[in-house]
Amino acid sequence: MKNKISWLAAPYVIWMALIVVAPIIMVVIYAFTTAQGGITLDNFARMGTYTVIFTRSFQLALVATIICLLLGYPLAYVMAKEGPGFQRIAMVLIMLPMWVNFLLRTYAWMAILENNGILNNFFEAIGLFDLINGIFGTDLTYFRMIRTQGAVVLGMVYNYLPFMVLPIYSVIIKLDHSLLEAARDLGANSALVFRKVIFPLSLPGVLSGVTMVFVPSVSTFAISRMLGGNNQMLLGNLIEQQFLGGAYNPYLGSAIALVMMVIVIVCMVVMNHFGEGEEQAVML
Amino acid sequence: MKKITALTLACSLALGLFLSGCAMEESASGSSSYNFTAGSGSTAGNNSSSTESGKREVNVCSWGEYIDESLIYKFEEETGIKVNYNTAPSNEELYSLLQSGGVNYDVIVPSDYMIARLISEDMLQPLDYSKIPNYEKIDEQYKGLSFDPNNEYTVPYTWGTLGIIYNTTMVNEPITSWEVMFSDEYAGNILLIDNSRDAFGMALYYLGYDVNTTDEAQIREAAQLVADAKARGVYDGQGMDEVFQIMEGGNLAIATYYAGDFLSMHENNPDLAFCVPEEGSNWFVDAMCILKNAKNVDEAHEWINFIASTDSNLANMDYIWYASPNAEALEKYPAYYEETYGEPLDQELYEIMAAPKDVLARCSMYENLPAETLALYNDLWIELGI
Repeated sequence: MKNKISWLAAPYVIWMALIVVAPIIMVVIYAFTTAQGGITLDNFARMGTYTVIFTRSFQLALVATIICLLLGYPLAYVMAKEGPGFQRIAMVLIMLPMWVNFLLRTYAWMAILENNGILNNFFEAIGLFDLINGIFGTDLTYFRMIRTQGAVVLGMVYNYLPFMVLPIYSVIIKLDHSLLEAARDLGANSALVFRKVIFPLSLPGVLSGVTMVFVPSVSTFAISRMLGGNNQMLLGNLIEQQFLGGAYNPYLGSAIALVMMVIVIVCMVVMNHFGEGEEQAVML
Repeated sequence: MKKITALTLACSLALGLFLSGCAMEESASGSSSYNFTAGSGSTAGNNSSSTESGKREVNVCSWGEYIDESLIYKFEEETGIKVNYNTAPSNEELYSLLQSGGVNYDVIVPSDYMIARLISEDMLQPLDYSKIPNYEKIDEQYKGLSFDPNNEYTVPYTWGTLGIIYNTTMVNEPITSWEVMFSDEYAGNILLIDNSRDAFGMALYYLGYDVNTTDEAQIREAAQLVADAKARGVYDGQGMDEVFQIMEGGNLAIATYYAGDFLSMHENNPDLAFCVPEEGSNWFVDAMCILKNAKNVDEAHEWINFIASTDSNLANMDYIWYASPNAEALEKYPAYYEETYGEPLDQELYEIMAAPKDVLARCSMYENLPAETLALYNDLWIELGI
């Protein structure tokens, strides 16, 4: 195997070393040092204060991941079962929004969800508020949607849903049809085929989908700032604050980032363990 | 077959983008090289880096939407010096950029307290004022300020105030006090400014303390005031740049922001009003400085001198709505406005842009705080977000 071909990987290996490995080493170094250059564990000792932020970030990311899975799996399944015409159109519709810049799309959500935004104006126009006020005797003029945790979850789901659909889809579409036929021959009805054959075989796709949604969700700072009104900090905001806030403290920022990375890695390892044995299909 | 068509399409699209990018690049560099031959070039050759490349340039870092861009072209045309204009989102991010060492700016335009910090950390170099004759035109009021008491490092760029922006259709009476930011009257209808210095600063003013206090108890009391209001649901959210969309769209009634930006918002939503609260507020000066490790020192001086001129200040003021420290420009602005737009400048708006002496009298400038105090601000700010 060790022939000339392996040289072709050299550019990528160098790229990885420079752009991925070196920064992680720097984060580790920063996390264990002080501004004066000494080695310390103080940065980690302060982590207890931020437990609430850690919990909140993981909770919101988890909720977003579950919603993405509930929405994304059926879509991926239906897509894989339909003909190539439907697949092509569905694929374009899933990919199209990703061609527009992520921040612009999130800005658009601000305009939609604002108190005086598109959605509230629409409700106003169809007389929804009058109706509700008439029934309940309230004096509602808008629904509070933006600057809430719900809006943050919405932003995560909206932005990361394609990353759930695509890996699941690509696994299901490659399933060996003879397996499904065999299951049916043996007397399984379609629910049973799905439960015993399709779903277990699609788990690798689910796992990579979950990873690809959960990881960016847990570290986002733009979505919580734009749609969550920064009311409650998420990990991304906390880390950003260390680098770009008034007290420039890359040491503490690196320590928080490192702890977050470790927790995420642990989560992923546990999850992959859970899906072990089903890994014949390709991990994306 | 289909794949080949798609590939061809993609390639031609990419090629098209690439070519148009090249064309733009070419026209940009083309204009500056043309100007180089036409330019004076009086100081060319003094600078090693510029002689090496044979091209004079200056690297500027300022804030977004903070210059009339035609000034950049005008400067390039007059001097043949290519301007690489960059922007940073805030003083803190600029500081972080400079610390990380990945940038090579010559001229930066930080605010007062950040200038003090940069001077104390020996990151700026003294200016050669003989190369900046336009410095004379800067009003004495903006010289010798606390951040640069002996006028060694800075040439003021703009100044302004921090205040309360409110939507007149959504409040019961004109707002005059910081009290509104901490009371329940407009609870859930207020945007809290999203940086610790300004947010705790307004509480310090309200409590009657010095905004530059290093007294931990006072700072904690101010932070507590903000935290209590937040816990009671007074603020619907926190934001900086988001304020434009929120206030222009009439989505919230009240926000805290800077006078110059208020004027931009007012252009889009005339229902908005601005007040500098009676308890006092922050007035700030942003000034041009040259970094210690600047490579294009002569070009940087030329740029600063050009920007400090009365014409540049007039153009800038008209574009960004922040007041000029150039006395002549500030005085001429109403006439300039009338000449440009064919209608007189609203005196009220002019006084918001360039706060009169009696308003400035109750305002104060942020000073650089010691590291412990900055850390305290940061901790309290994070507590607020927990």
